[in-house]
Amino acid sequence: MSIAEIIETTQCLTFKLEDEVFALDIAKVREVLEFTTVTKVPRTPDFMCGVINLRGGVVPVVNMRLKFGMKDAEKTVNTCIIIVEVTIDGETTVLGALADSVQEVMDLEPDQIEPAPKIGTRLNTDFIKGMGKHDNKFIMILDIDKVFSADELALVQGTGGSRTTLDNEI
Amino acid sequence: MSNAEQHKAVYMEEASELLAELETSLLELEENAGDAELIGRIFRALHTIKGSGAMFGFDDIAAFTHEVETSFDMVRNGLLPVTKKLIDLTLSSRDYIKTLLDEPESSDKQRAGEIIYSLKKLSPKTIMPDDVKNSPAPPSPKGNESEKSVTYRIRFRPPVDIFMRGINPVLLINELYGLGECSITAQTDAIPQIVDIDPESCYTYWDIVLTTDLGTNAIRDVFIFIEDDSEINITVLNDSSTSEAEAGHKKIGEILVERGDLTEKDIQKALRKQKPLGEFLINDRMVDAGKIESALAEQKHVKEIKQREQQKEQPADTASSIRVASDKLDSLVNLVGEMVTVQARLSQLSSFRNDPDLLAVAEEVERLTGELRDQTMSIRMLPIGTTFSKFKRLVRDLSKELGKRIELTTEGAETELDKTVIEKLNDPMVHLIRNCIDHGIETPDVRSDIGKPAQGMVRLSAKHSGAYVLIEIMDDGAGLDADAIRAKAVEKGMISLDAELTEKEIYSLVLAPGFSTAKTVTNVSGRGVGMDVVKRAIDNLRGSIGITSQKGIGTTITLKLPLTLAIIEGLLVQIGIEYFVLPLSAVEECVELTRQDIANAHGRHLANVRGQIVPYIRLRGQFVMDGRPPDIEQIVIVGIEGRRVGFVVDNVVGEHQTVIKTLGRVYKDIEGISGATILGDGTVALILDIQKLVQTAEREEVRG
Repeated sequence: MSIAEIIETTQCLTFKLEDEVFALDIAKVREVLEFTTVTKVPRTPDFMCGVINLRGGVVPVVNMRLKFGMKDAEKTVNTCIIIVEVTIDGETTVLGALADSVQEVMDLEPDQIEPAPKIGTRLNTDFIKGMGKHDNKFIMILDIDKVFSADELALVQGTGGSRTTLDNEI
Repeated sequence: MSNAEQHKAVYMEEASELLAELETSLLELEENAGDAELIGRIFRALHTIKGSGAMFGFDDIAAFTHEVETSFDMVRNGLLPVTKKLIDLTLSSRDYIKTLLDEPESSDKQRAGEIIYSLKKLSPKTIMPDDVKNSPAPPSPKGNESEKSVTYRIRFRPPVDIFMRGINPVLLINELYGLGECSITAQTDAIPQIVDIDPESCYTYWDIVLTTDLGTNAIRDVFIFIEDDSEINITVLNDSSTSEAEAGHKKIGEILVERGDLTEKDIQKALRKQKPLGEFLINDRMVDAGKIESALAEQKHVKEIKQREQQKEQPADTASSIRVASDKLDSLVNLVGEMVTVQARLSQLSSFRNDPDLLAVAEEVERLTGELRDQTMSIRMLPIGTTFSKFKRLVRDLSKELGKRIELTTEGAETELDKTVIEKLNDPMVHLIRNCIDHGIETPDVRSDIGKPAQGMVRLSAKHSGAYVLIEIMDDGAGLDADAIRAKAVEKGMISLDAELTEKEIYSLVLAPGFSTAKTVTNVSGRGVGMDVVKRAIDNLRGSIGITSQKGIGTTITLKLPLTLAIIEGLLVQIGIEYFVLPLSAVEECVELTRQDIANAHGRHLANVRGQIVPYIRLRGQFVMDGRPPDIEQIVIVGIEGRRVGFVVDNVVGEHQTVIKTLGRVYKDIEGISGATILGDGTVALILDIQKLVQTAEREEVRG
């Protein structure tokens, strides 16, 4: 998606990973949950936290820090799971994104948003819809469909862990 | 949806069902050409399609079906013989009606004309069409000889010592219910005072009024074993064919006299005290006698009509049922699923609280939820026979097209499966049956050359096996050529030239995408798409495919499918802090595994269970989980394909009602996990796919 498409005021939910502020289109966000017990699914990459119980449904959770190549952090009272609706291969899927904290809902005017530079973001530029400016700080507006696209999550499938050496009874 | 549209939707649904019934009946009729009941059924189906079609504005359908119905009216009246040609034509008419129903725009008027023309040509002499048009009334009673039902009065007084002979009179009476509509009154006047009762004797006798079309002999047959010692009186109460002549109802006094409970005199005596209402009215000069008479006549008439109507309705809905939209059913199943989860939570809570009152309530809720779950699941169950009968047509048409002679036999059509499973099973089964017919079964000449009967055979069978249903598709055709498959696989680079494969592994190669050994691509199959689609469809149903074959003798494909997709009985186990569920149906036993045991086996993953060697898989290792296992671990031994394999876990928690939730798209290709479930405390536990786990472990073991 190019910057040319952002012509209206965008309402975004901002959240923090380390000290950086990221934003999601509010239309994609279903709700924000406190951190709860996550059940790890064996033999999946580290950034796939596992699954949680969302009122009787099973929802996968992605650790955004690990997904973006940052270090994992201790859970705090602010740690939360943002439940988003993404479209994978034309199907709507509900996913959880684990973030350090949720900040606020803000309006970004088109003139506050610039296209993401091709270099220097340390992120796959496909993930970024644009860069917002707010109080002299940068906000990376994520294209959540791309972040959770089939190709990205296809990584989940290939990593059948090699036979382990943790058989520690021997 | 507007009212009219709603009606139309109902009609479409009903018509599809009728068309399916029509097809089955036609195919049956092809085998038993003289069966009057089948012809009646076909006629009724056509008639209903026509009648309701006209009512809901499907005029094309009504007009076309009318012509077909006309032909069958002649068949019914013996004017037109049942021939293959007629059945072919009626089958294509059925297909045409189906097109009219599904996509009315694309209907081909010319085709309709052709069918009708051919049908008319079949008739011995063209009957004036108007003549028939004027009588679209329901089948006249004369036409349905077999439906004539008679009402009997039966008094059944079993010998007092009936129980001693091991006969339960209730079973006999239940058998009567099977014969027809029946009302039963138990007569208890022969029961003595409680002090005199011998509990092993039967004092009760029964008065039964039974309406059946099976005749007296059928009734006598029910009592055949005790006929000699019992008092069994069977009298004809009312013959429906003569009901118009007779008075509709008898008065209570008449009935009592006929039964011999009262004498005529007693009745007269009692009646003298009371006058009919009519007489009172006349005496009081409120109306005159003529009016009463006419009122009585009307009363009698209404009764008769009512009776006739009831008789007409009886054959139509023997099993009373209602139609429910399947999404309502789905949401019911979901609710029950949530209910089961909440109930598990309640049980857990109550066992912690140790409050006897709470425990009692929790147990009651557990029992009720269990029943509710089973009932809900059984609502969704359908016999697989409906699907089987669809294939009859497929086999018939395909074998004709390919010039082969094939007979389809089915077995276990009453086996019940979840509705969703049956729906999703249709396409893979079509593929498999096509394969049997096209690749499997040889042409009649080839068959007689190699000494097989010219007529090939395809057999479909379904049966229960634990929590699974096994569906077998068997043919007596050429069988799979293991060498050809192997050569093809090497050519495609799927296996290396020197790979050592068991026969089973070779056969499973045909399930790979793009694999076909057929030398010619036909219209029907051979393009190499198909078997992989079948495999995917079956995988999605959490089932598996097994292939056995003998060259020259035949092939059997076995589909193993879970009974239901929603809820299973599971065994909850713990590894570290995580919980997992194993399907309880596969679990055979649990044994302990101590450090000493491991040392005794020299660290090999083999356990000695009462002298038997059982290989095991360490789930902790398989799942790359951190932490130390406890000193005493547990092995859950499961049976897979006749073998016993153990799974080592830290702790076995117990039984768990498992509501299966899918892990969704993201985790869809995870091996060894088939889904997830929610535990009493709200956390998620993963359901293990034991078959896949064993396969993965085997593969990794081979690689070293």
